[in-house]
Amino acid sequence: MYDFAYQKPSSLADAARALASDADAKVLAGGQTLIPVLKQRLNKPSTVIDLSKLGLAGIKVSGDAVTIGAMTTHAAVAASAEVKRAIPALAALAGGIGDIQVRNRGTIGGSLANNDPSACYPAAVLALGATITTNKRSISADDYFQGMFTTALAADEVITEVSFPVPARAAYVKFKNPASRYAMVGVFVATGPKGVRVAVTGAGQGGVFRHTAAEAALGKSWSAAALDGVSISPDNMNSDIHASAPYRAHLVGVITRRAVAAAG
Amino acid sequence: MPQVTLTVNGKSATVEVEGRTLLVELLRDKLGLTGTHVGCDTSQCGACVVHVDGTSVKSCTMLALQADGAKVTTIEGLAAADGTLHPMQEMFREHHALQCGFCTPGMVMAAVDLVAKNPQGLSEAEIREGLEGNLCRCTGYHNIVKAIDAAQPLMHAK
Repeated sequence: MYDFAYQKPSSLADAARALASDADAKVLAGGQTLIPVLKQRLNKPSTVIDLSKLGLAGIKVSGDAVTIGAMTTHAAVAASAEVKRAIPALAALAGGIGDIQVRNRGTIGGSLANNDPSACYPAAVLALGATITTNKRSISADDYFQGMFTTALAADEVITEVSFPVPARAAYVKFKNPASRYAMVGVFVATGPKGVRVAVTGAGQGGVFRHTAAEAALGKSWSAAALDGVSISPDNMNSDIHASAPYRAHLVGVITRRAVAAAG
Repeated sequence: MPQVTLTVNGKSATVEVEGRTLLVELLRDKLGLTGTHVGCDTSQCGACVVHVDGTSVKSCTMLALQADGAKVTTIEGLAAADGTLHPMQEMFREHHALQCGFCTPGMVMAAVDLVAKNPQGLSEAEIREGLEGNLCRCTGYHNIVKAIDAAQPLMHAK
């Protein structure tokens, strides 16, 4: 790892100032991706800005929304009785990320800022039509994800919280790579105030995306059977040693059906 | 150089580190606590698991400076002061839950946290799932799972 300066600001304004003043500064949330990336020397920040003292961890549940602070760990979301009650699919998703020790450190804000094409949280954010709040503005899920490892965040923008509208029904199912346990395909389906939405992670070359043909079919009839005859083109699917693009396209169909069945 | 002050196995320590120093490097190289192992160095194998403020973490994937002010427990801090083994250590011995022993410190630390956080009790399947972040290349896990299962009533009785 290349060395860097380390800062742990105690206010969001200080964190934003530090980021704005140094184009080579990087934000550290839970570090479960950033630290491995630094070890591989894939990134060489001048300064690492630790967000852990900004009071950004916490979960608030109102009647129609679950709001999760950016520094809330996956373990905290998975264990939250309130999240389990309001959006059980979200708690289950958080409880299926990585392993226990990764969930004890990794955060929702870090996952979304990184936007790994195999990450789980982007599927929940996109399918539930969540709103991402930063130190500057609110961003709708549809505007936030802009391709693999790419988001709408400006260089000096920090996620503060994510607000999920409570759906009527939702489920997340992922097909794990048997070795790495990353989602080869993960599908989050939801129906509720934002309509029928289906988001797919792990499969697309451009990161998480909405499966609009499945949404149209499920909008007519919310059942796995409604997806008969719905297919997705392999053209923009990832292809690697684990699975070819046509295989991933096929899996999207299978996993979407399973997710709808699980949502009930 | 920045300084980090933390409590390790009940003892306070103030150590000079670099920004890039990992918690496991602080423990092993600065404090001489070599019971915590580095296996894969890529957050996968769990040989480096320690407790930070009572929660299991991979100490190869945490900066030393992130642990400033924290209470850290390593495998060296698990047994009682008089040498009496922690029930999890005792059950690992009883059930022969190790062969080469390389993964054992991380396994034990992960297992202690897993059992402590689940007072309702864990099934065999839940124990296996709970060990997802710890790799063992010798035992095939069977005796590790038996040891953890056997430690459950002993830990909860305390």
